[in-house]
Amino acid sequence: MSEPQITPDLVAAHGLKPDEYQRILQIIGREPTFTELGIFSAMWNEHCSYKSSKIHLRKLPTTGPQVICGPGENAGVVDIGDGDAVIFKMESHNHPSYIEPHQGAATGVGGILRDVFTMGARPIAAMNALSFGLPSHPKTAHLVKGVVEGVGGYGNAFGVPTVGGEVRFHKSYNGNCLVNAFAAGLARTNAIFYSAASGVGMPVVYLGAKTGRDGVGGATMASAEFDETIEEKRPTVQVGDPFTEKCLLEACLELMASGAVISIQDMGAAGLTCSAVEMGDKGGLGIRLQLDDVPQRETNMTAYEMMLSESQERMLMVLKPEMEAEARAIFRKWDLDFAIVGETIPEDRFLILHGNEVKADLPLSKLASSAPEYDRPWVETPPAPALVPVPEIGLLDGLQALIGSPNHAHKGWVYEQYDAQVGADTLVTPGLPAGVVRVHGTGKALAFTSDVTPRYVRANPVQGGRQAVAEAYRNLTAVGALPLATTDNLNFGNPEKPEIMGQFVGALKGIGEACIALDMPIVSGNVSLYNETDGQPILPTPTIGAVGLLKSLDELIAGKPETGDLAVLVGATKGHLGQSALLAEAFGIESGDAPPVDLAAERRNGEFIRANRKALRACTDLGDGGLALAAFELAEAAGLGVWIDANDIPFLFGEDQARYLVAVAQADLAGLQAAAKAAGVPLALVGQFGGETVTLGSESAPMAELSKLYRSAFAAALGV
Amino acid sequence: MKAAVITFPGSNCDRDLVVAFEGAGFQVTRIWHKDAELPEGVDVVGVPGGFSYGDYLRCGAIAAKSPIGGAIVKHAQRGGYVLGICNGFQVITEMGLLPGVLMRNATLRFVCRTVTLNVVTTDSAYTSTFVKGQQIRIPVAHHDGNYTIDADGLKRLQDEDRIALTYADNPNGSMADIAGILSENRRVFGLMPHPERAAEALHGSVDGAALFAGLMGGMALA
Repeated sequence: MSEPQITPDLVAAHGLKPDEYQRILQIIGREPTFTELGIFSAMWNEHCSYKSSKIHLRKLPTTGPQVICGPGENAGVVDIGDGDAVIFKMESHNHPSYIEPHQGAATGVGGILRDVFTMGARPIAAMNALSFGLPSHPKTAHLVKGVVEGVGGYGNAFGVPTVGGEVRFHKSYNGNCLVNAFAAGLARTNAIFYSAASGVGMPVVYLGAKTGRDGVGGATMASAEFDETIEEKRPTVQVGDPFTEKCLLEACLELMASGAVISIQDMGAAGLTCSAVEMGDKGGLGIRLQLDDVPQRETNMTAYEMMLSESQERMLMVLKPEMEAEARAIFRKWDLDFAIVGETIPEDRFLILHGNEVKADLPLSKLASSAPEYDRPWVETPPAPALVPVPEIGLLDGLQALIGSPNHAHKGWVYEQYDAQVGADTLVTPGLPAGVVRVHGTGKALAFTSDVTPRYVRANPVQGGRQAVAEAYRNLTAVGALPLATTDNLNFGNPEKPEIMGQFVGALKGIGEACIALDMPIVSGNVSLYNETDGQPILPTPTIGAVGLLKSLDELIAGKPETGDLAVLVGATKGHLGQSALLAEAFGIESGDAPPVDLAAERRNGEFIRANRKALRACTDLGDGGLALAAFELAEAAGLGVWIDANDIPFLFGEDQARYLVAVAQADLAGLQAAAKAAGVPLALVGQFGGETVTLGSESAPMAELSKLYRSAFAAALGV
Repeated sequence: MKAAVITFPGSNCDRDLVVAFEGAGFQVTRIWHKDAELPEGVDVVGVPGGFSYGDYLRCGAIAAKSPIGGAIVKHAQRGGYVLGICNGFQVITEMGLLPGVLMRNATLRFVCRTVTLNVVTTDSAYTSTFVKGQQIRIPVAHHDGNYTIDADGLKRLQDEDRIALTYADNPNGSMADIAGILSENRRVFGLMPHPERAAEALHGSVDGAALFAGLMGGMALA
């Protein structure tokens, strides 16, 4: 079959800029074949190469005594003691989910799960951070339904509990929703699998599902801005099969336990191309693939299609040749494909054969290491204009504006569609600030959270970046966990615009500072750029996923307030209303600066909470919505009323950082006050739990009424 | 007492069921679906939750025809105990060990939540530690738990006191709020809720552990 001529239009259609094409010509000294052009396009798109972000990502803190493996592998690996490790990562599937919400979200979950079990870990927890356009936008309800169904459909069938996440709505996501999927797994520290191939002449084995034409060119699509033609891209979205993935998980873990695996890599974006290059490059070897041996689900597939297919539930492995029969038997047991498709070779070549033709013959190391790298021009985000005068509003009206908004209403409609308990290790206490999952068969547990407040990041990227990490730190702390490490999923607009690049650079600076100050190094992550539609960027959304450790279940703070317990505010309150949820939800005002983040205070107050956990019946961190929303949520989950003795809007709804609201038995107050004084932590008695009403200052309303609003507002806003 | 827990491709609550059986003192063997025989001396077969064969075709339909299926049916015919949870309930219904069918939830959505159940009968080993009319808390997590049966079949279940558990607040549209039913000899039990997820304090309820303990005690007496 003859291949298309390489023309400037064809090069452009592959997302390669003219100067990038010139670089290809320089590297190989001749015109590439069609298949080679596809391979370069797959390796050099933004999604796979991080070409716009790499020079800034290098500045992030990625090391620490707890870190076993930082960014660069499929997922980050962190030591949790006793020979156990937690392996985790967060990754976006934004563009596919906008085009085909169910399958886009499902394959996002599938991809991140594979990243984790490729390294030898059994997934034990998943989270999802979802950002949608306004509920009133004609596409939003359809996207929410499809994405939630896709996330649940995949995770539930695969058998991983979904224990946390976020759902937000903002007009900037009208044409570009965000689906950020997190997964964490457990492995023994002496049984972690990496992608670097080793040894010459070792068989390269294809595992899992067959290859079809789905997703050809997906990574390139995911690296482009959207416009009205996007519906035509639907065929580039892959279709997920959680059943095959579950079988693949079990087969891979059995295979790894057998000792047959030299290295293994999942086929994600740019499928066979990316995985083979990765294994060869990391091992300093070449790879030869014979495509006739690739298990195929469609007929007459070309080399180009096989190299760029993003069919799901596939893995590539370098096998110990003497273990072939044993390895094959494991895959036969699980009714999965197992095919030797090539071998490692000593020279630096990526050699692709199909029939008796050479379809590609490229210097392998250059594919990975010579990808373009841009120091894109950027401008610092100017200081946010001063906060506009805050309109008058009643205290309870303010609270109702929050709990009646889909952003802050109870998200049961979403979370009940996710299996949160499969594995029977999930701590079942609704309303906790972080998901908690026991390390199976031990008394240890891990806590998981994902956070970012995009309004803050837009107003002030540095403070917003710090805040995202600080809030993750607080959420983990509020369940009693010691924050360990972080994964970042950086969603931004078009990096070719200096002001967008400025947001990116600023946010990374803030994230880096906070990760150092709070000892939560970044161990994995993902960058998603070009989140724009018709030139309109999303709010900058650097989602922070974080993991904390509870060395013993005794360290948990998971109680509920009881009648008569005191409401005690930990941390200093100044009443910062800039970019607050109250202004956004009650008045549609997004004005002023983001709240400043004092990292030393965050750490001090967090350590205070963990050190005094025995005196705390219940604990929650204060995020957007401030004291009023936190008090309401804590009381509502306990089925109690609450009284907060404060009459002013800034105190009740301000979003000052480094704060927690705790429920304390009256007998424990004096001791807690003394401990706070000794630690230099501001502590204020602000009210009491109990009764059946919510009282803010001099205003009261029945909890039952507010709870009804809180629990119905999400579905009502979306009409679902 | 000896329990066997079946693993089909796509089962994902098999380990959890093993843990729960062991917690109640059972000696547990894990059985691969391609095996055609159960080990000698198995007292109870546990058919776990999950998505056997991806729920393709119809929930439980393919698993019901897998090699181990015939052995489970024979075990039940010999008077052996069979416990089918969630997807396991769907599977043993497809095998014909229990009447009726589990349809898609009335909301058309997956539902995961801890629900309150009414204990309707204590006349089975599984429910022997409860009191008739007692309310217990056990989680559900399913997309197809809407129990459906014809009018005669329902009347028979009621007349024969074979409805073991009903939902206090029906999460799936199930007929007569049915959450779990017994076979004629009261030894085959299918239920949508997951008792293995309510087996220790961490789970927020230990009512499921009471079910496994009841089974252990009730079988010993039988």
